[in-house]
Amino acid sequence: MSKLLDSFAAITGPDVINHLRQLAESLHGAKVIHVNSTRVGGGVAEILEKLVPLFNELGLDTSWEIISGGADFYQCTKSMHNALQGNHVHIASPLLAAYEQANKACAETLRTKLTEAEFVLIHDPQPAGLLEHCPDRHGKWIWRCHIDASHPYRPVWKYLRGKVINYDASIFSLPAFAQQLPHPQYIIPPSIDPLSDKNIELSQEEVNRVFVKFDLDPARPLLVQVSRYDRFKDPVGVIQAYRMAKQFIPDLQLVLAGGEASDDPEGEAVLTEVREVAGNDQDIHILLLAPDAHRTINALQRAADIVLQKSTREGFGLTVTEAMWKSKPVIGGDTGGIRLQVINYHTGFLVNTPEGAALRIRHLFHNKQRMQEMGRKGKEYVRENFLLTRHLREYLTLLLSLRHGNEYRIDLS
Amino acid sequence: MKNTHIFAIKDCALITIATGRKAMNLAELRENLKDVGSDSIYHHFWGGLLAPRFDEREFHNDFAGWARHSLREPELAERLAAINPAQGQDMETIRQEILDFIDDRMDQNEISHWMPAARQFEFLRSQLVVFDTRRRMEKPGDLAEQIPKMSTSSIFYHFIDARRRMKDPIDDFRFWLTGFGVEYDDLCAQLAAIDPFFSSLSQIRQELAELFIAYFEGGTI
Repeated sequence: MSKLLDSFAAITGPDVINHLRQLAESLHGAKVIHVNSTRVGGGVAEILEKLVPLFNELGLDTSWEIISGGADFYQCTKSMHNALQGNHVHIASPLLAAYEQANKACAETLRTKLTEAEFVLIHDPQPAGLLEHCPDRHGKWIWRCHIDASHPYRPVWKYLRGKVINYDASIFSLPAFAQQLPHPQYIIPPSIDPLSDKNIELSQEEVNRVFVKFDLDPARPLLVQVSRYDRFKDPVGVIQAYRMAKQFIPDLQLVLAGGEASDDPEGEAVLTEVREVAGNDQDIHILLLAPDAHRTINALQRAADIVLQKSTREGFGLTVTEAMWKSKPVIGGDTGGIRLQVINYHTGFLVNTPEGAALRIRHLFHNKQRMQEMGRKGKEYVRENFLLTRHLREYLTLLLSLRHGNEYRIDLS
Repeated sequence: MKNTHIFAIKDCALITIATGRKAMNLAELRENLKDVGSDSIYHHFWGGLLAPRFDEREFHNDFAGWARHSLREPELAERLAAINPAQGQDMETIRQEILDFIDDRMDQNEISHWMPAARQFEFLRSQLVVFDTRRRMEKPGDLAEQIPKMSTSSIFYHFIDARRRMKDPIDDFRFWLTGFGVEYDDLCAQLAAIDPFFSSLSQIRQELAELFIAYFEGGTI
């Protein structure tokens, strides 16, 4: 039985699923382990939640493990995350010691499994240190970097590079994020799951409920940005853009909907700052949603007229993909993976400043037909390129590539 | 593909790999182009058909797009865009054509050597994993039925990748048809007239399907 795959066939067409099955045939029974740092919250966990069962349905023997640690470990890995995105962050020795200790402890628990697996996929910096604790490993180890590492803070990257240099391959979301490493660097953009609570079709009644729940007026224009309270997502810049646009569109409403990830200790400080900037404007709605509020986020994105993702650094920007899947025009920061998705005048607009965002907000509200056209194009673009099935196909191709060598054409037929 | 009377329908999947080479100006692009692997040049002409990319592309190779939008060199962009690898040149010939256009531009304007690009150019390459769909065609007339059922990546393998695989740069369909003697020469000529460079893979599939249905069934789809 392959119920999950069959349910995807309804969205992608059966050919896409047949293609996956044929590609996976020669990987049947291969032991694959994914390791990351959280099962809930954030894009990585959301992808793995579906990717792992799909790997299993395709016949690969796949499991998902978690590395965890104390507050110092999460502080350290959050700093690493920020440093990879370009922040000049000094990481104190005790934090690095906590990082080393957490990796060592995790390796103690997982060593047998990790050593026996044919493929080990390590997601982001948190578990990157596991490899050095598995000297007798048999399989190929792949470091999957989900972060915009195009301009990393060099001292931190130097430390982390020492951890990932011995991997057999790495994966980055965009070519610009790739680094000088002595192994193949595969480029795989992430994806969304169209059947998840966050993306599945909703009834109009369910969408309408968020208007009531969050005191929004369905008759007035609505901007929505969904993202963690993180400075790189520029929530303050979004408020500035909203205020500039509101001078011309007085009815405008703004929702900033942020979730919390268990591995992000900085969110609270940013949330406080955002609340201060918003002041007592009744049309700015700052929401702190539970990690499992996926249907609420789905409904908010569907309720929006325009979705914003005004990031200044972005690994990929799955919220952009989600919005496009819901046929919304997106105004996104001209950075990282947003550039791959937001195509000026086709699926939305790329902007660099709050002023730029405000101008595009006004432009779209004065060209509502263009908004619809952008939404239609965006949805088809996602269907072709950014659904989980494409992601799965590229992972399978990568595993086959690692198993069979470095030639341009690997003929399994 | 062997020249037998059975056509094995294959499929493929592509994975993109960073080469680590990057260019921030025209001089750096030229320097890298001199000795980057031919796989990379091939990828920047054809890889986009299978990689995530917006269909309504202004330029059909990455070098031309970068010259226009990142270097703001419209004349160079137009010249690079006119290079059509579907005409059968090998990648070394294509490499030299690109270098010649760049050299011409650099000779005209010394400043163009070092003008920084708005975004860097990343040289990529790709790997293609090929597998058997276990579907077979026994006679040319089967093309009319099978082509519409083929995936776009299968079309890529048989209609585009074949030109790089074969000693003579032709697609697998023509290669197969020529194995039946001169009977299908006129069909081969029509196939040769399909220029894959300006179409998406689904458009190519549509064109092929229309051609085979018209030829074998005298109808349209």
